[in-house]
Amino acid sequence: MGSHERPNTEKFERGTLKKHYSKDKKLNAGLKKVDRQYKEAVRAAAGTDILLQEEAGFLEAEGPMEKTFKFKQNELADAVDQGTANKKFDLKLPEFGPYNLDYLRNGRELLLVGKKGHIASLDWRKGAISSEHYVNETCHAIKSLHNDQYYAVAQKKYTFIYDKTGTELHRLKQHIEATLLDFLPYHFLLATAGNTGYLKYHDVSTGDLVSELRTKLGPTQAMKQNPWNAVMHLGHGNGTVSLWSPNMSTPLVKIQASRGPVRDLAIDREGKYMAVAGMDKSLKIWDLRKLSEVDSYYTPTPASSLDISDNGLLSVGWSSHVTIWKNVFKNKQKDPYMNHLLPGSKVEKACFVPFEDVLGIGHQHGFSSIIAPGAGEANFDALELNPYETAKQRQQQEVRSLINKLAPDTISLDPNVIGTVDKRASSIRLGPGQIDDIKNNGEKKMDIRADVKGKNSALRKHMRKKRQNVIDERKLRIEKNLKVEKDARQRRHREFKGIPEEKDLLGPALARFK
Amino acid sequence: MKVKTINRSSDTYVPVRNTQESALPRNLNPALHPFERAREYTKALTATKMERMFAQPFVGQLGNGHRDGIYCIARNFATTNQVATGSGDGVIKYWDMSLRQETASFRAHRGMVSGLCVTPGTSTMISCGDDKTIKMWSVKSTDFEGNDDNEVYNQGQGLVKTYLAEHSLKGLDHHREDPVFVTGGALIQLWDVNRNNYILNLSWGADNVNSVKFNRTQTNIVASCGSDNSIVLYDIRTNTAIQKVVTSMRTNALSWNPMEAFNFASANEDHNAYLWDMRKLDRSLNVYKNHVSAVMDVDFSPTGEEVVTGSYDKTLRIFRTREGHLREIYHTKRMQHIFSVSYTTDARYILSGSDDTNVRVWRTNASDRLAIKSARHRSKLEYDAALKERFKHMPEIKRIARHRHLPTVVKKAGEIKRVELEALKRREDNDRRHSRPGSKPYIPERRKHVRGTAIKDDGEK
Repeated sequence: MGSHERPNTEKFERGTLKKHYSKDKKLNAGLKKVDRQYKEAVRAAAGTDILLQEEAGFLEAEGPMEKTFKFKQNELADAVDQGTANKKFDLKLPEFGPYNLDYLRNGRELLLVGKKGHIASLDWRKGAISSEHYVNETCHAIKSLHNDQYYAVAQKKYTFIYDKTGTELHRLKQHIEATLLDFLPYHFLLATAGNTGYLKYHDVSTGDLVSELRTKLGPTQAMKQNPWNAVMHLGHGNGTVSLWSPNMSTPLVKIQASRGPVRDLAIDREGKYMAVAGMDKSLKIWDLRKLSEVDSYYTPTPASSLDISDNGLLSVGWSSHVTIWKNVFKNKQKDPYMNHLLPGSKVEKACFVPFEDVLGIGHQHGFSSIIAPGAGEANFDALELNPYETAKQRQQQEVRSLINKLAPDTISLDPNVIGTVDKRASSIRLGPGQIDDIKNNGEKKMDIRADVKGKNSALRKHMRKKRQNVIDERKLRIEKNLKVEKDARQRRHREFKGIPEEKDLLGPALARFK
Repeated sequence: MKVKTINRSSDTYVPVRNTQESALPRNLNPALHPFERAREYTKALTATKMERMFAQPFVGQLGNGHRDGIYCIARNFATTNQVATGSGDGVIKYWDMSLRQETASFRAHRGMVSGLCVTPGTSTMISCGDDKTIKMWSVKSTDFEGNDDNEVYNQGQGLVKTYLAEHSLKGLDHHREDPVFVTGGALIQLWDVNRNNYILNLSWGADNVNSVKFNRTQTNIVASCGSDNSIVLYDIRTNTAIQKVVTSMRTNALSWNPMEAFNFASANEDHNAYLWDMRKLDRSLNVYKNHVSAVMDVDFSPTGEEVVTGSYDKTLRIFRTREGHLREIYHTKRMQHIFSVSYTTDARYILSGSDDTNVRVWRTNASDRLAIKSARHRSKLEYDAALKERFKHMPEIKRIARHRHLPTVVKKAGEIKRVELEALKRREDNDRRHSRPGSKPYIPERRKHVRGTAIKDDGEK
């Protein structure tokens, strides 16, 4: 299958191939073999494209006068097939709103939580409620864990884990006043952030708190994971977005994303782009590979919720509207793709359903599910996430994913860094203990010390004590020696950095008589 | 308005009946498979751990073994499950490996059995011993049917023919097809199976020949190693020796590579085994280090990919032919000095004969199991093997894959040896540092042990 050239192989390529190998013939042969295998694999993968069963949805205007954002949901529901039309529905829940929501990763289960303590989980396609209960305290967020059996709710003080029937399983007493929840499915980490300004990672498979990171930036306003590298993106009150991994106590990156507090953010599934909405009514698109701003949009009122679908639609909830943008990562758009109004009900959260052309909106008076053609990934991979999985498959998948659980310390900006050679200097690469080990084993090299070190030596103290205007022999000698030492240090430093020696342009004064 | 949405029919994906398999559509788009590398690494790590968990190299011993140390093992190249062994008290046994029972046992010689082989085609084996005789034995059970074991054992039934030699013999090997065999000892002689006397004397100045081996691909080539530290190659078509190489210490055994006819391995007294190219004997192709005592026997796997060595240090080590580090080390508490090792013809097992009178059966791959595997299991194992290969250089995987528990004696001996070698090297380096540059050149490890060859490249003797 991988023996001949195929079109559309770019999608399956991972990095570029090296043109030149090493001088070692044996190694070259091995590397060439690896490259050949890789090429064959890419072609074989491209060959499977024709086997995909489903096609992605779309919504197009006919004629120059029609605009896609003018279409109402009712018109759409009439135009699409009955199965899709059934997916458009509203739940009127006026008492406990506004409603926050979360979909299971395979798009099957919907979790709803009202601010005033109403928690419900339902199979939204069948319209069957799995569990529903009232906790009589403020609930901020809800998040499903690795499958439909468990979910976490951020409540007034603690975060709780419930099972499918609504039974409380755990009270996470370390997670105090969390308002934002996220779950890293491959690492089995529950991440919480909230009013305390701490980002905490909790391993839900072992029950250990993996790390707690102090952001030092006040209450966290928004939190989303980058699904591509499991880095957590936190939005703060001063308009910065900081990127965190559990093994670093400082943020990996800090971005000044908006002028006012960050309202919400969203990251696409390949971790290439980030959308950030701020209190200053801005909506900015960032390229996460270059860490630069791509485009800037505005919202009439500060946006409350952002989400990016599998196929790259961006939903923006602002006031009682939801606007959906298409192709915002490719170029600047003039008009949105779709619009939806929820009269008199502020949008709390809008989420695309995985593998479906549906957008779920949690708002002041309940929940609405609307049709968003072209949002979802049409062809799922059943060995990864299966919307049609049976109980048996779910159990097996759970075991398999627990066996393949990734260690928290593998989280980094580049997810493919594992197995590569770190070419940085050992002083940067290694920790203090490891460096000592190497030093004790190997030859001792002359250290290049920073200039700041030893500034307060006995000698300098002596120099300071002496009166400035008194010049004696010892002082001169010391000054001269210090200067020689400083020069030598700087020369070594230059050598270490590879800066070539500067030549004295004029040379010594007597050289001209030679 | 043109509109289309995803609308999957659940009939396509959900099985209608219980007996139906549910559809598992795949999409290989990398966007749907995040953390590819990290997940593969985790799988490789798990696979490595599983491999070590399932590593049980020792299968068992053959029957009740012998009553004296085992000094030769010969396999029947026509089958996968039959081997012959000879011991120090002059008894030879023929074994059925699948039952792990002996099918024949003969008191063949007075004194040690020093050479043994199974003849191709005819079901006989030939043994030679210290008592100056070569004997041919039938291994067909019909020849001695009706007699009980004791009778066969004592009466010497099954003996087909006896050849008388003038000196005590050491080492014996049969030609792959022709009815001739070669014996070592004071002289190296070629015998025809159908004649009573030897037909050719190939000796070239050796004191005593320890081991002789026919090449099984280039079938007329014979290699021998003698107690004068030499390895000699002969061609029986021209009745002459081809080349002789003298090493720094004695070679105990030889084994031809069954796939690359011109390569052979030698087990040396200096704790190493060497890989040689018979066309270029002034250096060896590879050095298999790591034993802490003399290597007594060496055998190539039938694929030519691996080499097994048995040593006086009571361990058995497996090396990949082209790699420098050992792949595996086997030992048990009760195993004594190993004098003979052999792969089985299907390369799945290794036999070792040692001083403690037992013939032990080992797995070639410690975590491999004989049971028939389902296609799914097999593909899983292949996938795991590929992953392990890919991530073998990662520190944690490397550590787990390489870790072996060693007997204290061997470990200690290894440490002492390392210190000694380091001291020697340091001394040599110091020497070099204080002599005129170029006067003490580096000698490659692969050339160090070669004292010289008899015939130089330019033909001068």
